[in-house]
Amino acid sequence: MKIPLAIIQLIFIILFSPFLSGLITKIKNTLRMRKGQGVFQPYLNLRKLFLKREVISETASWVFGVAPFVVMASVLTAALLIPMFIGQSPLGGAGDFFVLIFVLALGRFFLALAALDAGSSFTGMGSSREMFISSLAEPAVCLVIFSVSLQFGSTGIAASFGMHPVPVSLLVAGIALFMVIIAETSRIPVDNQETHLELTMVHEAMILEYSGKRLALIEWAAYIKQMLWFFVIAQLIFPIASFSCCNNFSGLISWGMWYLARIMIIVIAVAIVEVSLAKMRLFRVADFLGFGFVLAVISVICAILRI
Amino acid sequence: MGNFSLNLLFDPLSLFFLFVIFIVSLPSAIYSFGYLKGEYSVGKIKLSWFLLAIFVLSMSLVVTAGNALIFLLAWEIMSLVSYFLVVFDTKHEKSVQAGTIYIVMTHIGTAFLIAAFLILYKHAHSFDFTAIKNACQVMPSSIKHLVFLFLLIGFGTKAGIVPMHIWLPYAHPQAPSHISSIMSGVMIKTAVYGIIRFVIFLLGVNSLWWGGLVLVLAVITCLVGIVYALMESDIKKMLAYSSVENMGVILLGIGAAMFFLSLNLQYLAVFSLVAGLYHLVNHAIFKGLLFLSGGSVYKATGTRDMEKLGGLIKVMPQTAFCFLLGAIAISALPPLNGFVSEWLTLQALFWGAFYVPVSAKLFLTVCAGMLALTSALAAACFVKAFGITFLALPRSQSAKNAKEAPVSMRIGMFFLSLMIICFGLGASFVIKLLTRVAGTATGINVSNMKFSLNNFTIMPQAGQGVYLSVPLLACALVVFLFIGWIFYIKFLRNKSRTYTTWDCGYYKLDARNEYTATAFSKPFRIAFSFFLLPYRKTEKIRESFYHVKSFVYETHTTMVFKKYIYKPLLGSVFKTAKIMRNIQAGSIHLYLGYIFVTVFLLILFMNKF
Repeated sequence: MKIPLAIIQLIFIILFSPFLSGLITKIKNTLRMRKGQGVFQPYLNLRKLFLKREVISETASWVFGVAPFVVMASVLTAALLIPMFIGQSPLGGAGDFFVLIFVLALGRFFLALAALDAGSSFTGMGSSREMFISSLAEPAVCLVIFSVSLQFGSTGIAASFGMHPVPVSLLVAGIALFMVIIAETSRIPVDNQETHLELTMVHEAMILEYSGKRLALIEWAAYIKQMLWFFVIAQLIFPIASFSCCNNFSGLISWGMWYLARIMIIVIAVAIVEVSLAKMRLFRVADFLGFGFVLAVISVICAILRI
Repeated sequence: MGNFSLNLLFDPLSLFFLFVIFIVSLPSAIYSFGYLKGEYSVGKIKLSWFLLAIFVLSMSLVVTAGNALIFLLAWEIMSLVSYFLVVFDTKHEKSVQAGTIYIVMTHIGTAFLIAAFLILYKHAHSFDFTAIKNACQVMPSSIKHLVFLFLLIGFGTKAGIVPMHIWLPYAHPQAPSHISSIMSGVMIKTAVYGIIRFVIFLLGVNSLWWGGLVLVLAVITCLVGIVYALMESDIKKMLAYSSVENMGVILLGIGAAMFFLSLNLQYLAVFSLVAGLYHLVNHAIFKGLLFLSGGSVYKATGTRDMEKLGGLIKVMPQTAFCFLLGAIAISALPPLNGFVSEWLTLQALFWGAFYVPVSAKLFLTVCAGMLALTSALAAACFVKAFGITFLALPRSQSAKNAKEAPVSMRIGMFFLSLMIICFGLGASFVIKLLTRVAGTATGINVSNMKFSLNNFTIMPQAGQGVYLSVPLLACALVVFLFIGWIFYIKFLRNKSRTYTTWDCGYYKLDARNEYTATAFSKPFRIAFSFFLLPYRKTEKIRESFYHVKSFVYETHTTMVFKKYIYKPLLGSVFKTAKIMRNIQAGSIHLYLGYIFVTVFLLILFMNKF
């Protein structure tokens, strides 16, 4: 039961995740009245990168070579921790929400090291900033987990998945998590995926020395991570029952529609935030994430008061 | 002295700490074969072995003493021997200074301990632990509060709780590396032993604020420790500050246990104590490892300054690998041991927040949030430490010419690396043993408490769907990495081109273009500037008005505790001493008079009690 589930889940997330990024770009371009690239552009990019020969810096050591694989392994492991289709996850016994955070942190740790390994000052700068932003995001994430878990009486991920009422605390937690996700997925106003301007990029600067297949792996891992976060937040704010509840075909179709629609809502929200805000200075990110932390505290208070 | 006897305790609590002592001391001793060779004269090497033996023995006696007096004697021997080890490098001015700070601070701590023990003796009429334990049950609570505070200050000084931590970053890095490893890995843990043995085991926690106070101090210790560690570019000093942080994490577990004990949440108290003890042994292992591998770097390059290192992974691959493992573990990343204990501490705080009365829920939640911040900052700190020290290009000639450490040093490091992996994967087995230790310490019957589902899965609360299975996680990671490896063999090996790092079209990048440790920590320095109070020193050396010959730019952070607490304190001590000098006129009659008055007052004082 669990191994087929794991495989289905992995295939779904691996194949579907680049689409979300393409979709965000498409929506952004539409909002800006531009024609823009197609929705499937991320797939084409990945294909291009996989076909390319890569260049490796001569100063780099094995850490540089290994990092993309560790990043990929960490996001895929994280993907297995989340129950995506039914009320249980393939690796359910392996960990809870906190483990999810720690597993994702493993990939980031190696990526930041690999950035320093290249020996360029850009990559070093990216590495430093990435660690800075992620460490400021951490307390907010922790409190969001607390708020959600106080609500459901368990830090297990499966507990918060499935049909459940959405009290105020979950809504606020969702907003706080949304702010964190903006930082985690390196989007405006914290970071900008589209720029390659040396002084403004964070995540892109960190992976500047990568090329070819290894870059493709890192990009793909970033897509998957983004989808995981979108999925978690969608499940918190727009809960959905396990699909085994649908007893006929049309029920299954409408379940599938809603399943995707709620992720689309998050996607649209991210796109709107991206086009309507300007990128912040690095040190205002601290305020931004500080606000996220305050929201998380509020959501914990709501959870304590049971509202 | 009453019924004075040299009885030793070998209950699970003591045995656990004995284990911690030996698991770090053994590899450190093996390591010191290679480390001391060539660094010191033969006579000094012999002396160091002698001191090391006494040091380890005295620590063992501290954790097995069944009598407060023996405890105190062993404690004092331990402090003195470690002082001699701190000043072992007598040729360095810094060592002597560090030693002085250390011995003064540690004796202030001991003074508080003596006071606490005397109060206990007065009530128990014996120094024996069993007698003290019995007496503590009938002791008035105001005295208990006092004893608790004295013990907390006394042990807190040794443990490096902020603001009593200032000796730690001076003393630990200054000792030879295998001693740093034992001091940071084990010696400061004896203070935790003291807190558990005296406060939880003997005194018995009876007020909520005890646990609350320890939790608050622990959170402050965590954050201050890691923020200073981030700023540090001296590799051993950074590790010492990180020890301060980790003591905070350990105390979060211990403090939470005290908190729950006073609320009579027995299950949670045991669980929190297990979390704290787990982090304790983990920290002993990985900090021991990090100090040993940091010491190898020091021995190979002659410098501890990260800014002069770099590229060591190519010349010292095995040391680098050990340091990397230690760094992953201390950053609480799966699937190594630091991750397990950090997760347990978070769980302890969460279940605490779930079960305690409403008023304390938010407090525990914020503690957990700060713990999360600490562990994220620790990850940043160790990315910096490993990245700057071991990766990219060497920043100095000595780093370029470094040689891999000799075999004996590597044995010590690999042993601890192996332990890191074992304590990560065998988490549920360790927890089973620790539950018994925690049971002894708290006096709670733990025979029906289980924190693991089978031999592979940890489960803090039965039936709540919360699990952690490190072997399973490790399995998943390994499977994915294996697939990645096949991918590598098939598509990547020997197919990539090696070329210079992208240099923006400039000409030939070298090590000077690399990011530095100071630059890496700059965002943190700015974000925490309200606490770090950074300042710059610039100095222009001019040849003439128009021509600046050289320009010196330094950035520093203000040592807040030193400047605003210790400096004024020291100033007032000196001032008082100056005033007191007036009564020392040099006349023998006057001195006899003083003695008479003192004796008289003492008699009066004795009568009063």
